[in-house]
Amino acid sequence: QSPEAARLSAEDISPSSNGPRDDDPDDPDDLFAEATEEVSLDSPERQPILSDGPSPAITPVTISPRVDVFDRSPDLVKHRLSSCDGMNAYMVYKVMTKTSLSIFSRDEVCVKRRFSDFLGLHSKLASKYMHMGYIVPPAPEKSIVGMTKVKVGKEDLSSVEFVEKRRSALERYLLRTVKHPALLKDPDVLQFLESSELPRAVSTQALSGAGILRMVNKAADAVNKMTIKMNESDAWFEEKQQQFENLDVQLRKLHASVESLVYHRKELSVNTASFAKSAAMLGNSEDHTALSRALSQLAEVEEKIDQLHQDQSYADFYLISELLGDYVRLITAVKGVFDQRMKAWAKWQDAQVMLQRKREAEAKLQYASKPDKLQQATDEIREWEGKVQQGERDFEQISKNIRREVGRFEKDRVKDFRVVIMKYLESLVHTQQQLIKYWEAFLPEAKAIA
Amino acid sequence: MTSISEDSDKEKVRSVSVDLNNDASLVIDIPDALCERDKVKFTIHIKTTLSSFQKSEFSVPRQHEDFIWLHDTIVETEEYAGLIIPPAPPKPDFEGPREKMHKLGEGESSMTKEEYAKMKQELEAEYLAVFKKTVQVHEVFLQRLSSHPMFRKDRNFQIFLEYDQDLTVRRKNAKEMFGGFFKNMVKSADEVLISGVKEVDEFFEQEKIFLLDYSSKIKDATAKAEKMTRSHKNVADDYNHISGAMNSIAADNNTAFKKTISVCVLQKLEDRVASDQELKLTELLRYYTRDIQAAKDLLYRRARALADYENSNKTLDKARLKGKDIAQAEENQKQCLRKFDKLSESGKKELTSFKARRVVAFRKNLIEMTELEIKHAKNSMSLLQGSIEILNSN
Repeated sequence: QSPEAARLSAEDISPSSNGPRDDDPDDPDDLFAEATEEVSLDSPERQPILSDGPSPAITPVTISPRVDVFDRSPDLVKHRLSSCDGMNAYMVYKVMTKTSLSIFSRDEVCVKRRFSDFLGLHSKLASKYMHMGYIVPPAPEKSIVGMTKVKVGKEDLSSVEFVEKRRSALERYLLRTVKHPALLKDPDVLQFLESSELPRAVSTQALSGAGILRMVNKAADAVNKMTIKMNESDAWFEEKQQQFENLDVQLRKLHASVESLVYHRKELSVNTASFAKSAAMLGNSEDHTALSRALSQLAEVEEKIDQLHQDQSYADFYLISELLGDYVRLITAVKGVFDQRMKAWAKWQDAQVMLQRKREAEAKLQYASKPDKLQQATDEIREWEGKVQQGERDFEQISKNIRREVGRFEKDRVKDFRVVIMKYLESLVHTQQQLIKYWEAFLPEAKAIA
Repeated sequence: MTSISEDSDKEKVRSVSVDLNNDASLVIDIPDALCERDKVKFTIHIKTTLSSFQKSEFSVPRQHEDFIWLHDTIVETEEYAGLIIPPAPPKPDFEGPREKMHKLGEGESSMTKEEYAKMKQELEAEYLAVFKKTVQVHEVFLQRLSSHPMFRKDRNFQIFLEYDQDLTVRRKNAKEMFGGFFKNMVKSADEVLISGVKEVDEFFEQEKIFLLDYSSKIKDATAKAEKMTRSHKNVADDYNHISGAMNSIAADNNTAFKKTISVCVLQKLEDRVASDQELKLTELLRYYTRDIQAAKDLLYRRARALADYENSNKTLDKARLKGKDIAQAEENQKQCLRKFDKLSESGKKELTSFKARRVVAFRKNLIEMTELEIKHAKNSMSLLQGSIEILNSN
């Protein structure tokens, strides 16, 4: 679907508020209150990319950006921009949820969220569930460049495309998250979808203290991964891990090829349009009447074909390229979960080593007559025996979870790809049908040259 | 080393001009060519009933430079000033495929065996396409000469066809004699002179206006068509990579996923062939850009003759005033007028038949291109619908 189908622009909001405030009845200056574009759930532009399948609960969760009235009242724009810094403005997304599940307080609920809210949600879910082996769907990536252009009020096509790309990505993210049976019931998820006010997730900013801590932890994890040598007793895990490694490489390669296709298709569209203009000029210059007309018709056909190329390139991108990008990130999450299992194993092993040491220490203390130290040592042994047992339980639990998660992931993956590929093939068929139509209309014109 | 063998359906290949071989008294074609490194050796095959030739059927090997020599000598010949001289065939350009081959060699380690084989196949097809194109354009050049009542009798043309040894020596002599002087002058001065000369003949006035404008438009259209074709090729290459990547994913993963993925492989055919069609359009435009230039050259020569005639008038007037060299000036003026009239007469004929030729060629090419586009889109569509059915049935 062409992103031009929806009208989007940035809403300028003062940084001092803690959330979108244009429904504030106390602010008479807020002429933007009525400017919200309501996009109904049934509107054709808002088809979710992922299939809604047999999901009984949340049906299309739609996200639409707020609409600003920039183009209708330029004076207010100036006023707004001068009173608050362009860089502090942020985009707000409307999240509409329709559901029949009882865990929700209402059938239909609509909330406004900003990008950092989504990141905050993911951050919470990751910290809660990843170490248990749950594959938590990754949030869309930040893009400083893209967002800056939107913030400084650039109304060009690339900004529009950027917002649509992000909106679509956020929608897919939420759909994947609620498809997970455990995550769906999570109170943070429910709060995210339902409550009108959400505490600002400041720790998601890239250069915040939390952000830097995250980076450090990631680095530490990477180092640890290299040093853990796990004795894999379970062939399934070894096989699966290898499989995911391969898939990671292959998907990245495929994604890169598709991105190249998107780029070249756009280029083709531009060149076709340029040729169409040139052919029209040639037709004008041609002094043989019938040939002149035919050349003009050719120019028109090429113009139409250019539009076809554009539409096709949107399909290339929104269907295939974005899906592949999502899956590259998902595979990273899957690999992360396998790493968590390794960490659990390492923790268990470390506990065993510690227990051994404590036992040895106690044995030594048997011969030195220090009764308090001996008692302490015995207590510590008990403590570490508990930890070893817990470590083993945790390890077995996470292994079990991962097996289940991977099974679910693979089923979903097949379904996702199948749906998307089907849509893509249909878009290609449509393009060919149009091409046939255009050329068949042109043929008699060519034959009419006498 | 690549070569093309006897191509029986050359009718398809010969697309930019109408069939020029319909006069059995002199039939020329290029059935074979060899590509050695940078040089292409064409085998010219001649069949003739003309007594001016020693044999009735024979072949001779020629290089691209020989064609250029022939073209240049014809351009330099005064007698042909009133004719549209068939444009010289452009130098064989294998730069595109050669660069691709280089890249392929460098990237060999990073792609799978199937991908490499497929790209190699594509590359060979591209090489062959360039090859066929250059043969065609050299062939058409000779055929235009052989089908023209004046050019076919040209002495150098006969030498080109018959001389059973290397023409290199002859070429060198010719260069020394003419130095390409006239040709260079024509190229640089024509626009200025043509637009500057006061035209008396309505026909030529119209032609001048038309050719000057059309020439720049068709040059532009050719460039844009070439860019469009290149983009199409890029898209086709991308599809090639994509299908390669999908194949490797399909190979490694479980069957359900595999079936889903392998279906996509089919649609890569689409753009590959689309670009072939566009090549028809591009080739047509390229050829007529050169031909239009040749027509402009004719106008230029006639304009020069007109200028000469006007100068000779001035000289005669001066001579009459001074009372000196009158007879000489009169003779000069008569000659200039004769030359100018001759050029105008044959020029008119040439330009009229040129327009007819151009219209017919455009018609033929546009029809062929359109029919191929339709055929190809229909093919793609049925392939795609087949894929959709397979996906649905799973």
